[in-house]
Amino acid sequence: MAILLSRRSNLLAVVVLVLCQLFLYAAVSSSGSVLKQGGGEEFSEELLLKPFPDRKVLAHFHFQSRAPHSSSHGRHHHLFPKAIAQLVKKFRVKEMELSFTQGRWRYEQWGGFDPLSSNNAKPPGVELWAVFDVPQSLVDVYWRNLTHTLSGLFCASINFLESSTTYSAPELTFKPSFGNLRYGTLPREAVCTENLTPWLKLLPCRDKAGLSALMDRPSIYRGFYHSQRLRLTSSESGSDEVDSGIGLEQTLTVVLQPSSWRTGKTYSVETNIQPSWSISSIFGRNIPGKCVIAKSSNVYLHLDNGLVGELKNLERENAKYVANTFESEGFQSNHAFKISVTPDKVFEEVDYLHGKSTSVIYGFSVEKYSDSQPFDLGLTWKIPVVWSCQQAPLHASRFLMGSGNERGAIAISLESTESSEGLPTSHIIDGRCELRVDIFQVVPWYIKVYFHTLQVFVDKQPRAMADVVDKIRVSPSKDKVSPGVMEMILKLPCGSKSAAFSLEFDKGFLHIDEYPPDANQGFDIPSALISFPSFNARMNFSEDEFLNNSPILSKFQETSPVLSYTEVLLIPLTTPDFSMPYNVITITCTVFALYFGSLLNVLRRRVDEEERILRSRAGRKAGWISQLLSRLSAKLRGRPQEQPTSSLPYSFISFRLVLKILLVASIAVTWQYYFG
Amino acid sequence: MAETEVSKKRKRPIVRLAVLLLSHSVLVSVICCTAGVFGLLLLPVLAKNTYISENALMPGSASSMLSNQEVSEANKLIKELNNLHSNPLGATTESHGIVAKYMSNLGAQVNNHKFHPQLNQFHPLHFFSGPDSGVMQENSTRSLYGINTVGIIRAPRGDGKEAIVLVTPYNAVKGGVRETLSLGIAYSVFSLLTRVTWLAKDIIWLVADSQYGEYAPVAAWLRDYHTPAFSNLDSLNTETCHVGNNNFESKISYGIRRSGTMAAALVLGVAYGNENEDTLGIYAEASNGQMPNLDLINIVHYLAVHRQGLRVKVEQFHWLLNSKWVKSLGEVFESLGKMVKTLNPDWKLGISAADYVEGAATLASSLYHQALGVPTGPHGAFRDYQVDAITLEFSLRISFDRLDRRNDFLLHGGRLIEGVIRSVNNLLEKFHQSFFLYLLTSPSKFVSVGVYMIAFALLVAPLPVVAASLYAKTLDLNPTSEKDKSATSNELGSVLQSWKWLNSVKTVFVVHFWGATVSLLPYFISQIPDSDPTTNFSVWILLSILSLEILRWILVSPSSHIYGLPQGEWATLKSATISSFFIGLGLMSVINFATAEIGALLMVPMALMAHPLKLDVRGQSLRSILRMICNLVLGVITFPPATFFVFKGVIEGFSGINAGDFWNWVESLWAWNSATYLYIGMVHLPCWVLCVQILLHPC
Repeated sequence: MAILLSRRSNLLAVVVLVLCQLFLYAAVSSSGSVLKQGGGEEFSEELLLKPFPDRKVLAHFHFQSRAPHSSSHGRHHHLFPKAIAQLVKKFRVKEMELSFTQGRWRYEQWGGFDPLSSNNAKPPGVELWAVFDVPQSLVDVYWRNLTHTLSGLFCASINFLESSTTYSAPELTFKPSFGNLRYGTLPREAVCTENLTPWLKLLPCRDKAGLSALMDRPSIYRGFYHSQRLRLTSSESGSDEVDSGIGLEQTLTVVLQPSSWRTGKTYSVETNIQPSWSISSIFGRNIPGKCVIAKSSNVYLHLDNGLVGELKNLERENAKYVANTFESEGFQSNHAFKISVTPDKVFEEVDYLHGKSTSVIYGFSVEKYSDSQPFDLGLTWKIPVVWSCQQAPLHASRFLMGSGNERGAIAISLESTESSEGLPTSHIIDGRCELRVDIFQVVPWYIKVYFHTLQVFVDKQPRAMADVVDKIRVSPSKDKVSPGVMEMILKLPCGSKSAAFSLEFDKGFLHIDEYPPDANQGFDIPSALISFPSFNARMNFSEDEFLNNSPILSKFQETSPVLSYTEVLLIPLTTPDFSMPYNVITITCTVFALYFGSLLNVLRRRVDEEERILRSRAGRKAGWISQLLSRLSAKLRGRPQEQPTSSLPYSFISFRLVLKILLVASIAVTWQYYFG
Repeated sequence: MAETEVSKKRKRPIVRLAVLLLSHSVLVSVICCTAGVFGLLLLPVLAKNTYISENALMPGSASSMLSNQEVSEANKLIKELNNLHSNPLGATTESHGIVAKYMSNLGAQVNNHKFHPQLNQFHPLHFFSGPDSGVMQENSTRSLYGINTVGIIRAPRGDGKEAIVLVTPYNAVKGGVRETLSLGIAYSVFSLLTRVTWLAKDIIWLVADSQYGEYAPVAAWLRDYHTPAFSNLDSLNTETCHVGNNNFESKISYGIRRSGTMAAALVLGVAYGNENEDTLGIYAEASNGQMPNLDLINIVHYLAVHRQGLRVKVEQFHWLLNSKWVKSLGEVFESLGKMVKTLNPDWKLGISAADYVEGAATLASSLYHQALGVPTGPHGAFRDYQVDAITLEFSLRISFDRLDRRNDFLLHGGRLIEGVIRSVNNLLEKFHQSFFLYLLTSPSKFVSVGVYMIAFALLVAPLPVVAASLYAKTLDLNPTSEKDKSATSNELGSVLQSWKWLNSVKTVFVVHFWGATVSLLPYFISQIPDSDPTTNFSVWILLSILSLEILRWILVSPSSHIYGLPQGEWATLKSATISSFFIGLGLMSVINFATAEIGALLMVPMALMAHPLKLDVRGQSLRSILRMICNLVLGVITFPPATFFVFKGVIEGFSGINAGDFWNWVESLWAWNSATYLYIGMVHLPCWVLCVQILLHPC
């Protein structure tokens, strides 16, 4: 075909030949890309399991796809979802993160210091932020289009983030950006399978094979926390060869309750043994081997440093009479617990600073398992172990103060936890030890926050704002245009036990059509974001070739600040009685009727017309009954008969009227009595 | 000329109507007052059946999950707490530890809340002001403190924006099965709720330390929950107290833990019943006659009656149940209802006489408790924060010592609470569908505001009419009387004559000012150390009379006899009195309707009838003598202390009445910041004084 065409025109022939070559090349590379990693696109799947101190188990799915930049590779992809690639290209997205979350991350029990919680603990509902690679004037337009596209893509009402009252542009605290970052949350968005299905569609194996086959919907949604996240990074080609292209990171974090706890429910402390679980008991399914096009497919079991420390203590106590010295390699079948599958790798975190107990990760490769021999990891506890997860340096909570429909106050309280005591010494600035805390808070416009009322208390003592607040950026809300944004960088003295901030606000009034459905529930204030930039949530592992191949572990090794989100707040606003419009319409109509009636009456009345008519009528004739009556009355009174005056016909008319009314009423009563 | 006269005669219909009303003011007032009283008596007949207005509540649609397993767990707790009571020393601190241990074993977050009981203190300017964190008395004894234990279940998949509160007052010092049983019910529900998956709102269980009353700990906790003091220098809640040797106790924090906005609150209590069945008492009245949403009462009633087979009762005036006249009134209404039914079988107005008596007793009690403005239980503290709350008091037929009986009771009580919590949990919005303004005539019958307002409106309606007609009469009277008399007097005098009403208004104003002073006096009297109520009461009365005399001497006397004419002056005074009373009643009806209703019932006849006694004596007709007698009787009865003693005598018998009782009663009113106190001091009492002044007018 190409030869035939080439006869017509040389130019065309060249083009078609090039196309042909490209086609051939693509066909070859598609067949080879599964095996060949240098082909550009790659996909890897991983699952991390972690027991929590409160008898729950964390399951963290991590899927990563990479594609080289489209300019070098045409418009076709083999593994990478086309929808995402198009989205990145069309909206010039540099970086983007979208999360759907149900439930709350319990920082006190599940920890808040490790990279897992810092990256995956998200506020309830939908959170979306994106950085665009466009001039600042265009960012808002691109954001709006992006929200609509995502809304369609994920079957969620992300398009509500289009309105300028819902998103903001943080500059100081959230992420270093140059005015092209937009951030928005929808706290009330419900998360369900209809959001998960499109998310799974982005995976090459969907949920038919590989680790994602574990996602049994009932067991996933039965959990205590459910967060699905999608993170995009794209970089210009040419800038850096290694990292160029689009990276798509999809994670699903669920916290589940092993079902054995329900049956073996005991309340006494003595038998407070952790529940034993296995993948099949948690999910009701097994892993039927890896997704065949995945580069790597691994399962990890993470024991955090609190647990490892506790185990070591137990080990040491036992070592007195049992000649069994602790070995990191032989840890998987010690006297405290038993792992059903022998791990392929054991990674131990290296803590250069403290040399304290460090966390341990067991790695299992799923590659050798298949449908006939599925992978099922189980953890069986032998003795009760009590530990606690490492927490963020300060535990943040936010609450409302005051009562009534008029005003109130938002308070953020930071309480120190144990982990802040062992502060690294590197934070001493100018001889003063300081702890840096960033607070980022968005407040909807109908909560009219008075930023000048910011009060700061450190260790229950009121402080001047300048002592504690290093930098503050406030953009007050504009009614129906933009939300109020407050970003603060705080420098708290080390060793302070608690800090509290309060901001007063007035509750605004909404127009009747601005109320959402179920307005009487109240209105949400999205979570505030508290970050601790002076702490890095990262794990150090001893250098290993394997680590570079594992996206989840290399992610853990990245330096990222410790983040935590506060609670969503519910503010009851004054809500109108929505049946009121009916009443208003009724009363307005009455008022109008009265007004126009009297106006017309005044306009069409001619002065003294009525009197003249009445007089003429009286002069002409009075009804014979009335004449009779007046004569009768005159006789009775013994007075001469009065001249018929204007008042007489009036009373006569009313008399007739009364007669008529009586007649109708009696008919009605008899009707009612006999037939009603 | 004739034409203009005719046009002058013909006025606008509305003006004619007003003139007609004014000219027949006596008839109007008699008809309206009678109709008002009749309307009030008719209310039990007009009561409607309650219905669940909010569809989302769906009470009883899910089968109860509470089983014997939870009950046996609860029994364990009860047993442990009862064993503790055998050695009362240290029972208080240890009981908190035990409750906290049980809570945290369930996986709930636990904290202790330490509070100082606030002594009731009179703050003259704190009426209507919201709860304030700064109201900490300096002189309150620091050694007195109570410890609340709070457990919070976080809803598994909820976002923690809303919470349901469960309160069990518990007095560890007193101990006893009665105290621990309510804990048992709450614990069985709590242990169930830690495991259920349907929970959408957080559950807060507050074990309120009721050593210093049941209301104080709940109010203190709510205050700290909503308006914490960050710069608390004495740092009440941070100091750790390690009294118990249990090392678990030291782990429990004293910082307050929070959940979201409260959706509803249930206060549980157990009483020794001496009735034939297991009953459930519902107490709903909060401060100043505020009521929780009727839907909350409805779901409790529905679940208790139709699911758990408990008999529900609300408070009644038992003395009304046996009174003859109510019974005969009920019979009259019954026969009337029957007659109406023969006319049209669709009109269901008739209720049986027994029902009427029950309804009237309940209605009277409902009206009284709302009017009093004092909350009937710890639930009142929640209403100050716009949280709907009720107190549920279980009472059992036999003693709790029998274990099977107790288990049965725990199961039923627990299932009821579970059902109510599940209903509230279903609720997406806050309670707003049903009524907030209502009177109960039985647990399942209510009178809504639209109905009971009519009786009040009828009672109050004659006030402006009479005031206007009196004023119009004095206007008609004056020119004729003055034409011959003061034809020569200067212009200034005539102008002053036409402004004569200012004088009576001034009197009214002075008396009202005196009323305000009288309401402030108890604050100073209560500062007197070591005084008993009787002396306080007499001092109050003496000071009041003294201040009235002083005010009269200073303000009223010099001007009153210069321009004021003796005849007709009482009429303007009465007119001004009635207008001011009308305004006062109108304002009060907005603040606390029931107070205004009862106040109108007492004072309106007096205000309308007041007539100088001298004129009546001079009149010597039957009518004037009757009026004189009525005035005298009403004048005695409507004096607030007299009203109180008469009322108390009717209820409790006249034997044990002490003059100090009134003082105690008033003290309780201002301690609870009841607006009724202000009404009595600033509307009722001045009106009474002015009426007495009219009666004694020297004309």
